[in-house]
Amino acid sequence: MSLAVPQGRRPRHLTVGRIGIYALLVTAALFFMLPLWIMVVTSLKPMEEIRLGNILALPAAMTFEAWTKAWSSACTGLECNGISVGFWNSVRILIPSVILSIMAGAINGYALSFWRVKGANVMFGVLLLGAFIPYQVFLYPLVRMFSLSGIYNSLTCIVLVHVIFGLPTMTLLFRNYYAGLPIELFKAARIDGGGFWSIFFRVILPMSTPILVVATILQVTGIWNDFIFGLTFAGRENLPMTVQLNNIVNSTQGERAYNVDMAATMLAALVPLVVYFVSGRWFVRGIAAGAVKG
Amino acid sequence: MSTVSVRDVTVAFEAVQVFDGLSLDIQEGEFIVLLGPSGCGKSTLLNAIAGLLDVAEGQIWINGKNVTWEEPKDRGIAMVFQSYALYPRMNVRENMSFGLKMAKTPKPEIEKRVARAAELLQITPLLDRRPDQLSGGQRQRVAIGRALVRDAAVFLFDEPLSNLDAKLRNELRVEIKRLHARLGKTTMVYVTHDQIEAMTLADRIVVMKEQKIQQIGTPDEIYHRPANLFVAGFVGSPQMNFIKGRIENTGEGLSFLAGNRRLTLSGYPFITAPSSGQDVVLGVRPEHLEISSTGIWPGFTVDIVEPMGADTVIWCSDAVGSVQVRTSGSRRPTPGESMTLHVDPAQVSLFAADSGERL
Repeated sequence: MSLAVPQGRRPRHLTVGRIGIYALLVTAALFFMLPLWIMVVTSLKPMEEIRLGNILALPAAMTFEAWTKAWSSACTGLECNGISVGFWNSVRILIPSVILSIMAGAINGYALSFWRVKGANVMFGVLLLGAFIPYQVFLYPLVRMFSLSGIYNSLTCIVLVHVIFGLPTMTLLFRNYYAGLPIELFKAARIDGGGFWSIFFRVILPMSTPILVVATILQVTGIWNDFIFGLTFAGRENLPMTVQLNNIVNSTQGERAYNVDMAATMLAALVPLVVYFVSGRWFVRGIAAGAVKG
Repeated sequence: MSTVSVRDVTVAFEAVQVFDGLSLDIQEGEFIVLLGPSGCGKSTLLNAIAGLLDVAEGQIWINGKNVTWEEPKDRGIAMVFQSYALYPRMNVRENMSFGLKMAKTPKPEIEKRVARAAELLQITPLLDRRPDQLSGGQRQRVAIGRALVRDAAVFLFDEPLSNLDAKLRNELRVEIKRLHARLGKTTMVYVTHDQIEAMTLADRIVVMKEQKIQQIGTPDEIYHRPANLFVAGFVGSPQMNFIKGRIENTGEGLSFLAGNRRLTLSGYPFITAPSSGQDVVLGVRPEHLEISSTGIWPGFTVDIVEPMGADTVIWCSDAVGSVQVRTSGSRRPTPGESMTLHVDPAQVSLFAADSGERL
């Protein structure tokens, strides 16, 4: 056997250790995919098949009936309009909440890191403290305050709550991002005659794409998955999808329609899933773009 | 009349006060360089002039107007930064016209000024590019162009060349000097820690240390007649030789004595006459030490030879200590060789050992 002369790229051998690592990774991936698998196949089976108990098996007679039922005719308590009502409620809560909370956080972070307002650090400290107090503590006082001011149980109310509770994290996020931008950029804009808003909208915001994407992901998933605020503040007309899902799953009379429950749950999880899948690429691109020096 | 006048200015950083009543007058059309090590307050002073930093006490005047409370944009200044500070999401043209747009300048006027500045800096082909598509030198040119379109009376430069490599730095240095000459009556205030930039660009250099002005003078004055030990040591490379010794009054007048090194100070222009026996520091620039067999300081041995191309720096020592000698590049003594040095008293600097001030 002649030994190869070492030159060029070093050859990579598949060792036993490496095979072991891959095997472990694949097993772990399969294991964590198991619940999703069960949900998907169950939602595609008719009830007779589910009763047989082979929860891992592929559906023999595949049907989308459970999905249509979950969307448009499943019963949430007394009404039987499916989860679609909740979906649109959630969308109506989500859009203004996400936009307003991100804008508020961005403006806060911008003011705190560039304008060196007097007492900015104290202000920021207090804001952060708010992030560490359990939400439940605020519920009752907020309910009292909102009912006194007459906006309790409305869309405005729930949006306001999401904006308020998003403020600490959003401010922290933007402040830290802006702290990483060169301060000279801000100085240059001031010399060029920019004011508070024109510097924000023309110079700072166009550079914020990566952090805007991150903030959107956080807020969309957070607000979409919210249960307790929606239940407490939105009012009967505006209950978000999570609350509706709970009602569907818990209010079934007689036999439990597992396929409908699964389908409804999948529908409720769809938006955060889409956000992750779509933004995954953006996420990386955004972080890379942030590394470009001004 | 001076264009920029800093009068008794104090700046407060939280609890720390800097400057403590600093004053500086800059004439119209002058090129002033603020020179000093990092943390000496030169950038702080520039930011205070620009209005990016509030002063706690004192006044700042620009073009005969008290601008102490004015916003940066209303001070008639333009500024160039070390990190270029170009707006990353705008192309070169937008970067250069941003300030004019903010000032609501009519469009044709903006276009005219941008075109003229671009022409002057030879960046016309780059106008539609974004900052991340430019090299460092091009970016700094654009940054200068952005300052140029403002038609300001005073230009402020905050270490504009420190991020560039040596070759580009030389090129742009010359270009800034040319620009200053071409603009005529434009005053420039330039902050740097690079003494070569200071020496080559300045009409007057302001040497700073620990928030205090150490000396204001032409490059020649700074180099040849440094006001104190700090200025003497900070300006010049290789560094000035400092020899500790004392003053002696022999029959023929004052002379400097350190070990067996003696120097008659008959030709030295004293500011304050020292007393006999006073402890002093003698400062001699390496190029003012001459290798000569008829010199006055014999008994040196060559330690290290540093060939630098145009000249050679020789480290040599005697019983008192070691000194650096700068001599012509063709000269290559071998280590261990003995030599005699000559010093001209008219070219040395003498400092009081206790205060460090020039005598």
